[in-house]
Amino acid sequence: MKSGSKLEKLFNQGEFVVSGEIGPPKHANADIIREHARMLKEYVDAVNLTDNQTAIVRISSIASAVHVLAEELEPIVQMTVRDRNRIGIQSDLLGAYSVGVKNVLCLSGDHQSFGNHPTSKNVHDLDSIQLVKALKDMRDEKKFICGDEIKEHEPRFFIGAVANPFGDPFEYRVMRLEKKINAGADFIQTQCIFDMDRFERWMEQVRERGLHKKAKIMAGLMPLKSHKAAKYMQKFVSGMIVPDEIIERMENAEDKKAEGVELCVEQIKHLQQIEGVAGVHIMAVNWENIIPTIVEKAGLYPRPQIKE
Amino acid sequence: MSDFQPKIVAFCCYYCAYSAADLAGSMRLQYPPNIRMVELPCSGKTDIRVVLEAFENGADGVYVAGCLEGDCHFLKGNIMAKRRIKQAKKLLDEIGIGGDRLEMFNLSGSMGPRFAEVAEEMTEQIRKLGPSPLNPAYKEKKETASKEEAQ
Amino acid sequence: MIVAEGKPIAEVAKLIEDANKVLVVGCGGCVTVCLAGGEKEVGILASALRMLRKKEDKPLETVEITISRQCDPEYMEQLEKYITDDIDAVVSMACGVGVQFVAERFNKWVVPALDTKFAGGALEHGVWGERCGLCGECILYKTGGICPIIRCSKSILNGPCGGSQDGKCEIDTEVDCAWQLIYDRMKTLGKLDKLLEIEPIKDWSKSRDGGPRKVVKEDVMIK
Repeated sequence: MKSGSKLEKLFNQGEFVVSGEIGPPKHANADIIREHARMLKEYVDAVNLTDNQTAIVRISSIASAVHVLAEELEPIVQMTVRDRNRIGIQSDLLGAYSVGVKNVLCLSGDHQSFGNHPTSKNVHDLDSIQLVKALKDMRDEKKFICGDEIKEHEPRFFIGAVANPFGDPFEYRVMRLEKKINAGADFIQTQCIFDMDRFERWMEQVRERGLHKKAKIMAGLMPLKSHKAAKYMQKFVSGMIVPDEIIERMENAEDKKAEGVELCVEQIKHLQQIEGVAGVHIMAVNWENIIPTIVEKAGLYPRPQIKE
Repeated sequence: MSDFQPKIVAFCCYYCAYSAADLAGSMRLQYPPNIRMVELPCSGKTDIRVVLEAFENGADGVYVAGCLEGDCHFLKGNIMAKRRIKQAKKLLDEIGIGGDRLEMFNLSGSMGPRFAEVAEEMTEQIRKLGPSPLNPAYKEKKETASKEEAQ
Repeated sequence: MIVAEGKPIAEVAKLIEDANKVLVVGCGGCVTVCLAGGEKEVGILASALRMLRKKEDKPLETVEITISRQCDPEYMEQLEKYITDDIDAVVSMACGVGVQFVAERFNKWVVPALDTKFAGGALEHGVWGERCGLCGECILYKTGGICPIIRCSKSILNGPCGGSQDGKCEIDTEVDCAWQLIYDRMKTLGKLDKLLEIEPIKDWSKSRDGGPRKVVKEDVMIK
């Protein structure tokens, strides 16, 4: 056992893992985080806490994790390399572990030009792969980035990273995933999947390289509320592919929300059949309360328990 | 303001506007005497510094006349002139002289009447704008205007 | 070269509003090449400033001079005879380096007329692009001659990030993704396997983060 996190244990048991996502609020009251945590705790195995997503200032992911832990839900703390240098990152990692966080997801972070502080400096002292490596070295080598030994109580995280099967250059994406896994990633969450064909082609390459055996791959999903959201993502969000069929399907649906749920459930059932997909990560942005419905409809409720 | 006689400098390309001016003369066409012509080997020789110099030395208006687009003797001189005039107009706006005191025209050597017309148009345009802010007449005009207002 | 761009004239005029006579100094180096602060631009700026001030009834006297380089004390000596008592301010049309050298050398109010942009080169006539991040330790041999430090919006050393699509950067579809360029080039060169090596965390102390830098070459020193 690398970290002993609930997430790791469930993967080891061979369960099809389900994670959700909570976006912390843009103010200093955490009631909404706790509310979402209570709502999700029976339906997901762990929940991501985003780190100032789209470069907009919010409650920090680590502080949010404290609230989630208080509600007895397993947090996955997202950590971007956009806002902190190697000193800040390592310090925050020690802090996160000290309050009981056991899963960290390493990301580059959206460029600050997308957020509400476009004039800020970006740090990028490390990149996401280097962050993965740093986490692994802290855990397995008991070393800080500088090489100094962590004499005791090293943080033992279950290390997550992200992969985008829809970014370019396509053929290099899997090579870079391999690089991330070699750097130390234990689990991978992918970008939201709408183009299932491309995802399957990507998974084929993943299996060719045997990457699904080295790390647990969780397929990212986003339930759609309307065709407008889908159109927006197709047009304006880089690194995303939304096929026209999906937009048409949403457009033609009478009850768009129900159709969005239906689509997501279908996607989950399809993904369960793909060799190497170890779970799903459901990102219901501003629609967190739909997750229980989706999980139930997909036949993934109740969630498995850890076997002692 | 009908008595205002603007000073206008016309930078004319040898291959078109300058010949057109010649032709206009031979054809005994009348055009305003406000135009002072400077011959250029090509409108592509237009230099922002020289344009500014004209204004600094008392011109109320300046224009560059080059060949029709696609007909430049040096292929793209008139296109480059166009870009420079655009930049110079911006600069004139910035310093409060006004970019509309500077224009670019395109014509061919055989367009004598068009040459006279351009001279007419430009003189009319500058007359409407009044004296350049650097022209002593500009102040007099302003003073008269404020006096009239006071009365 | 260092690429710079002229400040708006009104902004420069504001910087010298109290002066009656200014020395406008051009630089014959990089800013002449990128058409921002050479002899010609000195003429244009001086003329524009004079007209602007004449219009405001506060005539400005200008002296124009362009020296070979403002980043070299050797050439700075040529300026000495122009820095007379009646000069109220010096307008430097060099990059930030030149402005500072003039200010360090003469006891005068020195103002910049340009915004210094980056180290780059001409992509075509009239268009310049950024190429070097001046990080102090070149890694171009690892990335097929394309610099991820300055050409990637996030300076990612193990790129690309998830925002790369159709060869473009997530911040702007006009901006090429440096890592797409690197990937393409390494593929062409048959060196893709090199990209699988995890590029270690960079030593930024060799960059500006380590404090102001200096290069010393003892063999050519004469003092």
